[in-house]
Amino acid sequence: MAFDRSERPRVPRAIKILIAGGFGAGKTTMVGAVSETRPLRTEEILTDRSVGIDDLTSVEGKRTTTVAMDFGRITLNDEYVLYLFGTPGQERFWFVWDELAEGALGAVILADTRRLSDCFPSVDYFERRGTPFVVAVNCFDGAPSYEVDEVRLALQLAPSIPILLCDARKRDSSREVLITLVKHSARLRAEPVG
Amino acid sequence: MSATDGPTDEHWIDPEIIRPYVVTRGRTAPTCGKFDLISMALAIGPPPGPEAGLDPEHHSVLRLCREPKSVAEIAAHLNLPAGTIRVLLGDLFDRELVSAQEPQPEVDMHDMKMYRAVLDGLRSL
Repeated sequence: MAFDRSERPRVPRAIKILIAGGFGAGKTTMVGAVSETRPLRTEEILTDRSVGIDDLTSVEGKRTTTVAMDFGRITLNDEYVLYLFGTPGQERFWFVWDELAEGALGAVILADTRRLSDCFPSVDYFERRGTPFVVAVNCFDGAPSYEVDEVRLALQLAPSIPILLCDARKRDSSREVLITLVKHSARLRAEPVG
Repeated sequence: MSATDGPTDEHWIDPEIIRPYVVTRGRTAPTCGKFDLISMALAIGPPPGPEAGLDPEHHSVLRLCREPKSVAEIAAHLNLPAGTIRVLLGDLFDRELVSAQEPQPEVDMHDMKMYRAVLDGLRSL
């Protein structure tokens, strides 16, 4: 491994959790509610990756797109740092999701009861990929309220997948969602943790 | 095409796209390693002087990495694309000015110590 030089000081290892959901479901709000700083934004410039690009001339005339991702950081201890990434909303960026989902501990799918069907692509994606996920129903003021069972039925989720109601603006509520996800992921991939 | 023709849409390059390529002198891949979006970097050793021949952006990265930072964080703070930061970090890694740590790989997700650390960290928020 290129980075493994034992004489160098120890650097913490990063873990990531994805926050998915439709446009306006509260992804960045949740990232901000639990992170130690305001949400940050990083951009990837996308070009035709099948063609190697090594100078400006080959960039000319090439279509480039920028994908922005909002994220936040929670320093866990000296050994681990947790990053929360809001997934890019547009479905044409699925391959960015692949990069983000690689190695992810799990995903929170934020649902807005006014547009429940916006969650379908995320549910399908994480089910197909085998990424552990929970569904958090963001309780917007004035939005129709549903019971957890109704949401489960509407999204056709297996009984084993946790669904909970939350307020993405609130730290306590968002933290509870993340704790539920971590326990669920541990149950699926390792052993239950208390 | 005459000399008076202005740039067409097809030939227009957004300055926001050019800057990252200038910073890396056209390079799009780091000289070493992969540098995931959440690979962590930490500056090591004393800050390099002018003899190191580094660009201002290299120095900015080193200043940020006095505390461990991910590629994504460095990119966000310097307002440069993540790909550009990967190249700059590769240069600094080659010169042994940063130490790096790849993210937790999926195969190690069975690591109970990691799960415990995440739960404890979340509970103490």
